[in-house]
Amino acid sequence: MSTEPRLVQGNEACAEGAIYAGMRFYAGYPITPSTEIAEILARRLPQVGGKFLQMEDEIASMAAIIGGSLTGAKVMTATSGPGFSLKQENIGYACMAEIPCVIANVQRLGPSTGVATAPAQGDVMQARWGTHGDHPIIALTPSSVKEAFELTVRAFNLAEQFRVPVILLMDEVVGHMREKVTLPQPGDLPVVDRVKPTCSRENYYPYKADSDKTPPMACFGEGYRYHVTGLFHDESGFATEKPEIIDWQLKRLHEKINQHLDEIITYSSEETADADLVVIAYGGTARAVSRAVKLARQEGHKVGVFRPQTIWPFPEAAIGELAASGKKLLVAEMNYGQLLLEVQRVAAGRCEVHSCLQSNGELTLPDVILTKIREVYEHAPGN
Amino acid sequence: MPGTWEVRLSGSGGQGLILAGIILAEAAIIDGQNVVQTQSYGPAARGGASKAEVIISPEEIDYPKVERPDVFLGLNQESVLKYMTGCKENGLAIVDSGLVNHVPPSKARVYSLPITETARKQVGRELVANVVALGALSALSNMVSKESVTTALLRRVPKGTEDMNRKALELGFGLAEQALISAVVGEN
Repeated sequence: MSTEPRLVQGNEACAEGAIYAGMRFYAGYPITPSTEIAEILARRLPQVGGKFLQMEDEIASMAAIIGGSLTGAKVMTATSGPGFSLKQENIGYACMAEIPCVIANVQRLGPSTGVATAPAQGDVMQARWGTHGDHPIIALTPSSVKEAFELTVRAFNLAEQFRVPVILLMDEVVGHMREKVTLPQPGDLPVVDRVKPTCSRENYYPYKADSDKTPPMACFGEGYRYHVTGLFHDESGFATEKPEIIDWQLKRLHEKINQHLDEIITYSSEETADADLVVIAYGGTARAVSRAVKLARQEGHKVGVFRPQTIWPFPEAAIGELAASGKKLLVAEMNYGQLLLEVQRVAAGRCEVHSCLQSNGELTLPDVILTKIREVYEHAPGN
Repeated sequence: MPGTWEVRLSGSGGQGLILAGIILAEAAIIDGQNVVQTQSYGPAARGGASKAEVIISPEEIDYPKVERPDVFLGLNQESVLKYMTGCKENGLAIVDSGLVNHVPPSKARVYSLPITETARKQVGRELVANVVALGALSALSNMVSKESVTTALLRRVPKGTEDMNRKALELGFGLAEQALISAVVGEN
């Protein structure tokens, strides 16, 4: 890869980031605005010894990458809202059977087929709860082309480290935007591989974990034979209905994530120290917020930006600190209030929580956010 | 070419506006600038009104969309009516004289140039109208150097079409020069 800066699209950065991370098996069904990820990988994967499969639909795509991952490959699929809905059942299977995989969802305006080429951020709660049953999930959300590359690499690292599906929650703005970027060279970013068993085949228990709660994972085809199921199972992988074993397994699935929140959760925090109002935004909307906050600062308002890169698990501790310090919070997102619910839950009445919500197929204008910021100041007690 | 340039290229799907935007952005990178390129288009591959936007700046670019164009290009009537609003005072608007009959009132300097006709008659392919337009708007604005836009163009176009594309770009430079001469004559 060149060390010269070049013009790179967000979806291209995702595809190149995946290859950088070692992804060598992609199965998908193209859908706007994620199609370039498939298109680029169809060309690039054969060049690096990987395989690209165009599947008959999104359900099969998700199933195919689960199978691919069980053979030891790093795997991914990419889609948008309508396809993300179809993938949910098998995402749950990957949670239950602990299969590392990455699902890129380049969000477009919904519900249903909505507007294919219009941006939105309406899948935040679907990323969290789209598949049924209690389950932990990791979802990352980039707001620039450079970050699309970096967070794709990170998505694979987290998937491999914790044996979980990781959602890369992009949006049309970031997916289709092109920016001047110098892509990282090999070695610039860490690349994590899954831990394999060191015990003999006879002594291998596929779901037996030590204190970090993530079991070593054997590759199919390397002689370790074991059972994989979406049913609750014991350490051997065979199904069980015993409440004490179910309890043990479901707690472990959560603990393997919850014990490592500090490692998993990242965010960017700008000018929040002296701020009396902090705007919380992610993805494409965060770009409009950056502009609005600069303009608000010029007007003398002390405004900062909190931008989660890890959206799930929710950065509860960091938002809780902002709320406890008495700063006002303003959530800007391209939906009718999804992350807003989490911010309200964490704030728990400790501070004012305002919102700037838009879901009309257009990226929110900086002026719209600036107007909201002014309103919050004008209505403040004492004014 | 100091400062920030907000550029909006519009026309119908299939006229190659996104490609023109990409080449303009790549020319600006060669000039050492920061760039962001975005687009807005409907689900259809042909027809309608679509736009590609480019922001060129020596600074880091936060908001990626054009709010008030410094440079506007309109290659069909529908896109001019839909997207020409908000041009900056002293901005630059270029429309295709053969395809755009009605230009709404604008604070920008408006140039009506035979872009598609030049591509068709002098290159023999309407396909390169986007490249003629790219030549005209870069020469009229000076936001990127002629050398950089030529280099960026030749890096992007398919092998075997370099001569045709270079010719189209130079015809675009020529349209700009003629327009500037007529403007000076008109002022006198």
